[in-house]
Amino acid sequence: MFRKIAISAVSALGLMTGAVLAAEGGGHVEDVPFSFEGPFGTYDEHQLQRGLQVYTEVCAACHGLKFVPIRALSDEGGPHLPADQVRAYAKAFTVTDKETGEDREGLPTDNFPANTGAGAPDLSLMAKARAGFHGPYGLGINQLLHGIGGPEYIDSILRGYTGETKEEAGSTFYENHTFSTGWIKMPPPLSDGLVTFADGAPNDVKHMSEDVAAFLMWTAEPKLNDRKDVGFKAVLFLIVLSSLLYLTNKRLWASIKGKKVH
Amino acid sequence: MAGIPHDHYEPKPGFQTWLHNRLPIVAIAYGTLMIPTPKNLNWMWIWGIVLAFCLGLQIITGIVLAMHYTPHVDFAFASVEHIMRDVNGGYMLRYIHANGASLFFFAVYLHIFRGLYYGSYKAPREVTWIIGMLIYVAMMATGFMGYVLPWGQMSFWGATVITGLFGAIPGVGPVLQEWLLGGPAVSNATLNRFFSLHYLLPFVIAALVALHIWAFHNTGNNNPTGVEVRRTSKEEAAKDTVPFWPYYVIKDLFALAVVLVIFFAVVSFMPNFLGHPDNYIEANALSTPAHIVPEWYFLPFYAILRAFTADVWVVQLVHFVTFGIVDAKFFGVVAMFGAIAVMALVPWLDTSSVRSGKYRPKFKAWFWLLAIDFVVLMWVGAMPTDGIYPYISLIASTYWFSYFLIILPLLGVLEKPLPQPATIEEDFKSHYAEPAE
Repeated sequence: MFRKIAISAVSALGLMTGAVLAAEGGGHVEDVPFSFEGPFGTYDEHQLQRGLQVYTEVCAACHGLKFVPIRALSDEGGPHLPADQVRAYAKAFTVTDKETGEDREGLPTDNFPANTGAGAPDLSLMAKARAGFHGPYGLGINQLLHGIGGPEYIDSILRGYTGETKEEAGSTFYENHTFSTGWIKMPPPLSDGLVTFADGAPNDVKHMSEDVAAFLMWTAEPKLNDRKDVGFKAVLFLIVLSSLLYLTNKRLWASIKGKKVH
Repeated sequence: MAGIPHDHYEPKPGFQTWLHNRLPIVAIAYGTLMIPTPKNLNWMWIWGIVLAFCLGLQIITGIVLAMHYTPHVDFAFASVEHIMRDVNGGYMLRYIHANGASLFFFAVYLHIFRGLYYGSYKAPREVTWIIGMLIYVAMMATGFMGYVLPWGQMSFWGATVITGLFGAIPGVGPVLQEWLLGGPAVSNATLNRFFSLHYLLPFVIAALVALHIWAFHNTGNNNPTGVEVRRTSKEEAAKDTVPFWPYYVIKDLFALAVVLVIFFAVVSFMPNFLGHPDNYIEANALSTPAHIVPEWYFLPFYAILRAFTADVWVVQLVHFVTFGIVDAKFFGVVAMFGAIAVMALVPWLDTSSVRSGKYRPKFKAWFWLLAIDFVVLMWVGAMPTDGIYPYISLIASTYWFSYFLIILPLLGVLEKPLPQPATIEEDFKSHYAEPAE
């Protein structure tokens, strides 16, 4: 009886959860084996540093990261840059001081600036605001196996251009296989060798795109490493606790309940 | 306290008697904790404790979250990001609170279906059942308003769709909707009142939970056989029961720990799996998401809401009979609330004199079909409204109503139940050997 209900309950949970996420059209999104996937996956700080460089040199021209404090760049479990580098990075921005109302150089305590000039969306949470994987049949199994696929979606968008363009109402649209409508306003941002990495890492479109997708996952979920660490300890502790409670319960009921005979 | 005969608290001379004569609080705590509980309860009787834990967890995490949250349309979304990035442990608090709602509903559905299978709603436990249904409705209101607070796209558009249901009521609808929203559309006034009510309702639920427990402590627990505990004497009652402490406290704590292993694995390793990506986009009144989908725990009733469209003959008939007052939209709203109402009325719809489904061979089949039906409704509630899905919704919704309004009343008359054990003790002994002492 209990087993039956438990099985139906678990399958029910499996069924509905993903169903919720079956929305959003769009093309095929390739699974990328990011370092931060799975229960034990963590961010690769070198990849985040490269991603930051791609973001700064390319994406930041039109996009902003208004929810991300610059100081977070020195966080462990993030790009982990030295404090002086973060100060130097912040200086490059001009910020209107909230108290004096005057423009000044940026400080690590400021957030990355918002950037709405080109009408491009803010990227702070983009990696959690898109789903790369869906289905099948609204069952959510793909998301259970591969994750929700936000970073993969970003990577696919950056690499999904066909080279076709069209003019519509005075704007140029670029054909992109991953974008929901098939035509996106953003011109292809990356080209091979566009950014030169200090560590000499490969700088073709594929690698740059993966690096910046990983960086944007970090901006969306900066505490991922901590969360998994806490979770691992919590789960381990609870497994030990349940084992002890199981033994206590068995001992306690031994005087009431004998072996099951029927 | 009335109910099953058992030992009562005897205050010792001195302070205990002094306090007892002024406030018998220890006696009430003792009576509650030592209540004789049928000794044959199975693992489906653990969800009550899980639910009590969820309520406590949600209240505690919620109070701390409220210290850092700003209920204003310009700051709400940013304050949630502040919690996720700057507040110590804030990301864990928020993920526990968001997934805690899912655990709460997961447990309540199992709790409700356990009651439906074992006939826990039947006399003399109707009041317990009704209070339980009120708790469930209050939970839905709380869950819905809580989902609005992060002020993401699904928050905003979910609020727009759900408050729109009240607008469908003929006559007073539009006025009622405006009163609920505090304006013509979802706005800052809406967010403020939802925050206030989201904070208030859990305490209403806590009070209802106290009544729920009081009610079934008076009638005694139901149990898998549905046979009542003997109450002729303390000695006979003791043969059917064990005291709640320590036997069920330890058992329930074990079950709770196992549930929490899974819960914390979800919170820590896949915290957004049950959410919707669109809610990480700040609310925008000018951009409607492609698909507005409620949280998973509302989907069965959302499916019923959507099932009754204008091309269903029942809807057309009602539309004609009421001279057009009840249109398809209002019919859907009535169906959705009606689906919960028929469940609340089940103590009077089930005509069988046998309590537990264990001894009702025909009932069992219909019950499991209802459980499957519920899962199907949940699935189809998130699917688009074209192709085959509207037909599936309609069939599944029809079964939901048929089960309560036709099948249960008829089964009591048509079904020949199996023999039931005379006492809980007899049933227990037929399943378990004498304990080796």
